Amino acid sequence: MSGATITASQTVPAPRLAREIIRPALIFIALALVPLLAKLLSAQYLLDLGSRVMIFAVAAVALDLIVGYCGLVSLGHAGFIGLGAYAVGILSAEGFGDALISLPVAVGASMLFALATGLICLRTRGVYFIMITLAFGQMIYFIATSLALYGGDNGLTIASRNTIVGLPLIKTDLALYYMIFLFLLGTYLFCRALVSSRFGRVLRGGKVNAIRISTIGFDIKRYQLVAYVISGGLAGLSGFLLANSTEFVSPAYMSWQRSGELIVMVIFGGVGTLDGAIIGSAAYLLSEAWLSGLIENWKVVFGPILVMVVLFARGGLIGISAKLWRPQS
Amino acid sequence: MSFTLLLIQTLNGLQLGVLLFLIAAGLTLVFGVMDFINLAHGVQYMLGAYLAVAFYGIVDNFFIALVLALLASLAFGLLLEFLVFRHLYGRDHLDQLMATFGIILFLNHGVRELWGAAPLSLPVPDALSGAVRLMPGMLYPVWRIVIIAAGFGVAAGLYLLVTYTRIGMLVRAGASNARMVSALGVNIELLFMIVFGFGTMLAGFSGIMIAPILSVEPGMGDNILILAFVVIVIGGIGSIRGAFIAALMIGLVDTLGRSFSVDILRLVMAPSPARMVGPAIASMLIYVLMAVVLYVRPSGLFPARGR
Amino acid sequence: MINLKLTAAVAALLGMGAGLGLSSAQAQDHLKVGLIATLSGPPAVLGQQMRNGFTLAVKTLGGKLGGKDVDVSVADDELKPDQAVSKVKELIDRDKVDFVVGPIFSNVAAAIMKPVTESNVILISPNAGTSTFAGKDCNPNFFVTSYQNDQVHEVLGQYAQDSGLKKVIIVVPNYQAGKDAAAGFKHKFTGEIVDEMYVPLGQLDYSAELTKIAAASPDAIFAFLPGGMGVNFVKQYRQAGLADKITFLSAFTVDESTLPAQQDAALGMYGGSNWAPNLDNPQNKAFVDAYIKEYNAVPASYAFQAYDAALLIDSAVKEVKGNLADKNALHAALKKADFKSLRGNFKFNTNNYPIQDFYLVKVAKRPDGKFETEIVKKVFSNYGDTYAKDCPMK
Repeated sequence: MSGATITASQTVPAPRLAREIIRPALIFIALALVPLLAKLLSAQYLLDLGSRVMIFAVAAVALDLIVGYCGLVSLGHAGFIGLGAYAVGILSAEGFGDALISLPVAVGASMLFALATGLICLRTRGVYFIMITLAFGQMIYFIATSLALYGGDNGLTIASRNTIVGLPLIKTDLALYYMIFLFLLGTYLFCRALVSSRFGRVLRGGKVNAIRISTIGFDIKRYQLVAYVISGGLAGLSGFLLANSTEFVSPAYMSWQRSGELIVMVIFGGVGTLDGAIIGSAAYLLSEAWLSGLIENWKVVFGPILVMVVLFARGGLIGISAKLWRPQS
Repeated sequence: MSFTLLLIQTLNGLQLGVLLFLIAAGLTLVFGVMDFINLAHGVQYMLGAYLAVAFYGIVDNFFIALVLALLASLAFGLLLEFLVFRHLYGRDHLDQLMATFGIILFLNHGVRELWGAAPLSLPVPDALSGAVRLMPGMLYPVWRIVIIAAGFGVAAGLYLLVTYTRIGMLVRAGASNARMVSALGVNIELLFMIVFGFGTMLAGFSGIMIAPILSVEPGMGDNILILAFVVIVIGGIGSIRGAFIAALMIGLVDTLGRSFSVDILRLVMAPSPARMVGPAIASMLIYVLMAVVLYVRPSGLFPARGR
Repeated sequence: MINLKLTAAVAALLGMGAGLGLSSAQAQDHLKVGLIATLSGPPAVLGQQMRNGFTLAVKTLGGKLGGKDVDVSVADDELKPDQAVSKVKELIDRDKVDFVVGPIFSNVAAAIMKPVTESNVILISPNAGTSTFAGKDCNPNFFVTSYQNDQVHEVLGQYAQDSGLKKVIIVVPNYQAGKDAAAGFKHKFTGEIVDEMYVPLGQLDYSAELTKIAAASPDAIFAFLPGGMGVNFVKQYRQAGLADKITFLSAFTVDESTLPAQQDAALGMYGGSNWAPNLDNPQNKAFVDAYIKEYNAVPASYAFQAYDAALLIDSAVKEVKGNLADKNALHAALKKADFKSLRGNFKFNTNNYPIQDFYLVKVAKRPDGKFETEIVKKVFSNYGDTYAKDCPMK
């Protein structure tokens, strides 16, 4: 990676307060108010749209952790989402319908897969890393399509959402919405804490100059591996949520196109900002919902929008908003 | 599993490899010289095929259509370069990924607006529509031989161009240190434009050549793009030689895997599970190959020097 | 300042959501139908056929179904099951649809089954006919105007059996529907299966398979390669010179959606179907003519089955006199299937899948230069699927 990455934090020395507290706070307040909005407009489906945004936001934040802070672009993250979703689906089919079991299994399996593949992937850098993560994503996709016992590529319907300690706590869409909300908040705060810790500083140092960091005595690969495993686990969490939200799992959740969409969400929002990933996911999915309602062939319009964002809005949507309040920089 | 069958399947594998090389050549050239991840390579391939179909509909002659489609591909490539790509040289790979992803969306759906969603077809030119007998009951279409020849032609041409000509020298120099070349008085922007235009034309050319054996449809470039990336990554980015060898490897592994995986598994397991597992393994083989190669050689088989 | 700008941005984002909410101002007494189909990516052509068929029916019936004005909302599932779930929830919550018609693909059908039927909305599938919902998981809110998927494969199996073909090779994609296709064919064909080839989904080059077929030289092959795969395979099969030697039996591989690309390469190849454009009855003639006039393409089964879905809704809404609140009455009305199907013989089985005739069809060139499948012979009469016996509905 060249040093040309320009994230909002580098171009705009915005007050830390705004960047690290107010902006994320506004995002989460807005998300928390969506159910109210849905109620006022009597538009129940907004809940579903909001859930979807947050589910992908969890995965996008996880991806931003390694893209934005380690310079590792993974084109296989949908594989972890699928792994997490299949953990829920398969356990439920086998009669284990409680989140106390399925959540740890979903996250654990994803972390384990991330550990095994990360050891191999992290030998490479740059584009080679993109491609080798794609390779593992594809392998797990093909395994899922050949799981004839669990529906193969037809997917697997989940009889009912997970119970929590035996109680049907997320039976209603509203409860599910707020559970997803809490998980997203947790994910965000966890990643925020992680990147501002000493661990995070090593990662960022490694992104800018791996040799220097190694010379100081840090084994940067080990740090990156830990970040990759955490990121995989969080993507698995997103899969757990997705399975509970759609009550269905399918190999399509793991397709490489989905991994590509996640990358686009991260860039769209602003790389290396964490909350940008949430905004990116929201912007991507909302413009999808909005444009696809206006024009059938909406991607003819959406494609050029992406190009324009790259050309004229360095640092994604976060970058735009940063520029708006500091036009002189 | 007779010997003849193995031999023919090996030939089939080599042929698939050459086909993949044809598609990957332009990608590795642009990537290697300009350090530019061009995801839009796949849709440029698709566009070549569509343009050929469109021109064929007008002039009713394959070869004139080929020339026209090539020129149109080139023109479109230069337009894209002017509008988008030019502004992204030296930018982060992520920016390039997203911008070219946007172009994929635009073109995949744009061709649908223009030509409809239904698959189209381009006939094999009459003069080359014959076939040779390879074994009893199996004909080998002449057009496939033409594709193989085209693949070898492109490989040789590129090799000579890059190794022995002045422009090739500049391309190599530009790849290892663009700023230095520019300081020596070479118009690096023009050089990049030429390389990019040439890369687009190669993508279009492969699309046109392959159209007679495949369905021309929106999105036809997406899976091809992934295969092309697998090829250039295994070969080592920027290496024409690497791409050629990697393409042949993938063609062979994929074809032989599809042909014999079930038979081989039957040696160690019952027929019914072998039928289940075999094809799944066969679909994964090229990705396994890529993972293994990158594990052993993290920069591919023939990493271009100086990067 | 900062906060204002940000608030504005967030408000704009939410505004987008709000805009979605407000777009549903529609008249109360209208009949609302949601159409969900794959309208992007390579299979878009199938989704378009489906939508065209439905739209044409509504148009033919004067913009009304069952005497009520119709609002049709169309959604694209993009062949992503989770996307499909969101889209049908939108159709149900936002557009308040009474019927959902769709989808094309079985995996999407499996995904949207629960959200639609649990909301007590009627789901009518004009194509996907998975075995999952034909047996013990059949549902009173779910109707199928196409067939149970296996039946089409059984047509070819039966034909192969009846015409004394001895050695057959099966070529299908390596996924569930492919395995079902092979099973359906083998269900009726007792001769020798020389080889079963499971090719990766989306494969481009079939040289390896063609070589193996030529080496084994069977009497026939049975292929199930939908969409672009079928176009590639058929072209390469013809180019390899196998088309004149080995009988080509297929399902969903040569039909009006792929023929514009296969053209002469597919001439004389066989398929199985519950209908063909040249099926001889007055309503079908009118339909095919109108479709060609409107869309300049020959309709495929996707279009005709969607057309029939509209006729089905029309008949049921008429029967209950526009009162959709009484679901039991509506179910009974739908089950009666009191309409003139384009395929002639049609009634519902206990599992709400059709009982109908099946034909062997063959690719031919029409006088206007377009290609279509034409009926060769009837293979099954009044044929129901084998899963119905497990369905608890009566």
